[in-house]
Amino acid sequence: MSDLIITAQKLTKKFGDFTAVNAISFAVPRGEIFAFLGPNGAGKTTTIKMLTTLLHPTSGQLTIAGFDPVKDQAGARRTFGIVFQDPSLDDELTAKENLELHGVLYGVPRDVREKRMTELLGYVDLADRTNDLVKHFSGGMKRRLEIARSLMHHPQVLFLDEPTVGLDPQTRNKLWEYIRTLNTEEGMTVFMTTHYMEEAAKIAGRIAIMDHGNIVALGTAEQLIAQTKTQNLEDAFLALTGNALRDQDATNADHMRSMQKMWRPTNRR
Amino acid sequence: MMYFMSPRVGRPALIYHLPYLHYLPYFPLSVIYILWLRQIKRYLRSRARIVGSLGQPVLFLFALGFGLGPMFEKSGGGNYIEFIAPGVVAMSILFTAIFSGIEMIWDRQFGFLKETFVAPVPRLTIMVGRTLGGATVATLQGFIVFLITLLAGFRPDSWAMLPLAFLCMFLIALMFTALGTAIASTMEDMQGFQLIMNFLIMPLFFLSGALFPIDNLPSVLAVLVRIDPLSYGVDALRYSLIGVGHWPIALSLGILSGCLAVFMLAGSWLFSRIEL
Repeated sequence: MSDLIITAQKLTKKFGDFTAVNAISFAVPRGEIFAFLGPNGAGKTTTIKMLTTLLHPTSGQLTIAGFDPVKDQAGARRTFGIVFQDPSLDDELTAKENLELHGVLYGVPRDVREKRMTELLGYVDLADRTNDLVKHFSGGMKRRLEIARSLMHHPQVLFLDEPTVGLDPQTRNKLWEYIRTLNTEEGMTVFMTTHYMEEAAKIAGRIAIMDHGNIVALGTAEQLIAQTKTQNLEDAFLALTGNALRDQDATNADHMRSMQKMWRPTNRR
Repeated sequence: MMYFMSPRVGRPALIYHLPYLHYLPYFPLSVIYILWLRQIKRYLRSRARIVGSLGQPVLFLFALGFGLGPMFEKSGGGNYIEFIAPGVVAMSILFTAIFSGIEMIWDRQFGFLKETFVAPVPRLTIMVGRTLGGATVATLQGFIVFLITLLAGFRPDSWAMLPLAFLCMFLIALMFTALGTAIASTMEDMQGFQLIMNFLIMPLFFLSGALFPIDNLPSVLAVLVRIDPLSYGVDALRYSLIGVGHWPIALSLGILSGCLAVFMLAGSWLFSRIEL
């Protein structure tokens, strides 16, 4: 118990008749970098949303740092930081104001807030842009700022949902450098999803390959390669998930979700 | 502020340690303040929006005020500028307030809403902070339009009643920001905005008696005017600015507060059900 920071048992999420996540079970020990790898529409983001209290699971058990994200939302929320797939900064505020707002939301006292803001903006190389409006930032700068923001309350687990999509190789390398440092020096657990095989192979301790809402394989990059008798992780990934293009699947899933939303009163237009 | 908070959780230490009490609705003031401040900063930083949203009320004031004024006076209605000035102030508050609420859709599309939703803060607190911020912005906007009516020659009947006028303005602002938030909670994008503009905001304004006296109306119109909550806002504002009202001020304020409570409840319920 003590060393497993995330556990999921038979975690399931259904949208109407569509099963986005199908009874998956996994556990992440404290201090690990754990990666979810999978084609579009595999259920990676849905899983992260359940772990981070944004979605209620249809069934199954979850714990994060000892808290149940369904029963004790506030407790669970204090333990993690998250960098979403899409940007989530307020463009009309400055870099510093974004961090400040986050600090207040998480109840970080003012003096600690001030110290961490300076520290973190320096850490992600944005110290000279402290008082600039975020709307003037490039994609890479926004990502770095989001990472800094997610660390303001010193989380035990950091969730990264495809954090490097659309970034140039330089920025990607720099990002992984920050994350690796956090992991090795602060012992922070990192839970990430990505499309980039080489990133997963380089960064992650263990990798779970997800497809159609199921975990089809779980292990280190070497284990996955050995298991599929392939040369590299990309081939192992294709061996496990097949060569079929997933656009169709993803669209169907998205379509189901949007139909579902249309019929749900909260989201009616 | 912070002296009362235990540092990690932003919750008064005593309450947090009493069993069960921490399940009660709880409003960390620092969180409400920072969300309020965010709205104010966004408003002050968008000069184009401030100036842009002054255009319409000014047009109403000048075109209708001076255009229909002579006729209104001839038919015995008195000074028309004096009559519509409170209505135009109420109109600018209505527009700004509903828009402040609906602005939440941008936050949803640009992802900022997610950032607040994963924070260890009850959703109700987020809703209260946003609504107070939006209402303050709308009241400020109303105040600017009030200054413009002074330029157009409007003079309040009694300056001593001005605080009451500001109270009315803030009530109208709160009520419609809450309504805007409620509506925005059910929308995923701005596609429905035109619908809301034409079938909600415009009718609320035109049926409120902002532009015409509400005695001796044809019966259908009289009923519609009585259903429109803005009518009571306009009337209360008119009473506090020019000393003449159709309904007793206590009735208007009572109905305004009632509607505010209903919209707040509906808004927070819908807001709590948003799924991202």
